[in-house]
Amino acid sequence: MLDKPRLLTAMDILSAVMILIAAGLVFFYAPVEQLMGQVQKVFYFHVATAWVGMLGFMAAGVAGVQYLRTEDEKWDIAGLGAVEISLVFFMVAIIMGSIWARPIWNTWWTWDPRLTTAAIVELIYAAYLLLRSGLDDPGKRARFSAIYAIFGFFSVPLTFISIRLLRTIHPVVIGSAEAASQGGFNMDDPMKTAFFFSLAAFSVLFADLLWHRIRLGKLQSAVNTLRIQSYEKES
Amino acid sequence: MSAFLRSTAAIIWKDIKTEWRTRENLSAMLVFSLLVILIFNFALELDLRARESLAGGVLWAAFIFAGTIGLNRSMAVEKDRGCLDGLLLAPVDRSAIFVGKAVGNLLFMLVVEAIVLPVFSFLYGISVFQPGFLAVVLLGSIGYSAVGTLLAAMVVQTRTRDILLPILLFPLTLPVVISAVKASQGFIQALPLGDVSVWVNILIAYDLIFLAVAIMVFDYILEE
Repeated sequence: MLDKPRLLTAMDILSAVMILIAAGLVFFYAPVEQLMGQVQKVFYFHVATAWVGMLGFMAAGVAGVQYLRTEDEKWDIAGLGAVEISLVFFMVAIIMGSIWARPIWNTWWTWDPRLTTAAIVELIYAAYLLLRSGLDDPGKRARFSAIYAIFGFFSVPLTFISIRLLRTIHPVVIGSAEAASQGGFNMDDPMKTAFFFSLAAFSVLFADLLWHRIRLGKLQSAVNTLRIQSYEKES
Repeated sequence: MSAFLRSTAAIIWKDIKTEWRTRENLSAMLVFSLLVILIFNFALELDLRARESLAGGVLWAAFIFAGTIGLNRSMAVEKDRGCLDGLLLAPVDRSAIFVGKAVGNLLFMLVVEAIVLPVFSFLYGISVFQPGFLAVVLLGSIGYSAVGTLLAAMVVQTRTRDILLPILLFPLTLPVVISAVKASQGFIQALPLGDVSVWVNILIAYDLIFLAVAIMVFDYILEE
């Protein structure tokens, strides 16, 4: 268990290489968008990081269900890891979105469904971490945070739908004809390549980080067990 | 009457009885929600035109803030002096405890709302006594107290129990807040039913989903 799995090392290298290639594709292969110019390049990483954020959020919900079913500690660690990673990636996505929105929408922030939902997801994650820090008993902490993650999993889509019913200006880039006026655009083939490649690169990065986090959590609990054992020997 | 309903009713009755002896919780919720309305009156300068468009939001802010007080309190008194352990020892279904506590909290919220609504309507000259509007108040309160009761049962077992409930509850109940405000607003402004019904549908969906999930997971909260 202490040894780092070879596959994990391979995945580290793979995700690093993929991120580099993605950056290369975005900056040198994909053409500059005609109307928006260079700032449109943010889009490739913005969607990819938001995607990872959403992926982690769903993973946390699934891990929550799995934990309640099996009471296996690894699902608790996986849920926590997914939340921690997504918290960071969603924040990155929001900041990148703001950088894009400033010149295009002429504002850093609007109360659009996607933006608001992203903000709510961040708040739910923050609440999730606060809930965990208020509980000392590991079993209780795992159960309660699993329940909270499941609640979030159901609440976020409803939040999104309800805000969606109000007006939105966030561009629907893929599969939408009327988006151009809101900052949407049609992607040509090199753009699509760069876009889907960065999606894939960030997904691999997410899996890699989550794996690291789960391993770290397992090592942590192994250290705790050892510590307790040594206390018991001393006394 | 089945055993489940009987034990649920017993828990509700216990809550009503203890509340009636002191009326501490209800009066705190009531005064607090009236204060929220008062504060909004000055914070937002509710003139005649602003009232029309903001009344729903002000009203729900008052209900929700007051609701948190009641929810926190209703579980804190159970935790004090081991009442909760007594409840758990009782040979009843765990979900009966949840439904009982949730219905109790819902009732207290409704009592507060029943007093605040006429006052609100008197102060702002807005007619709120329409069946649709009252249904929205009921639906919103159901969802809010269901999720709130479950989270309150978790929060009382944490170290930070005095502050954690609103932090956990508000982001999760946002769909209730959005759709309840929109639906109330629709009824106040007498919009056509088609515009309002979508919000009512979201409220119903939220209530059903979260009641079901809450009943399913409540067992895990009281496990020792």
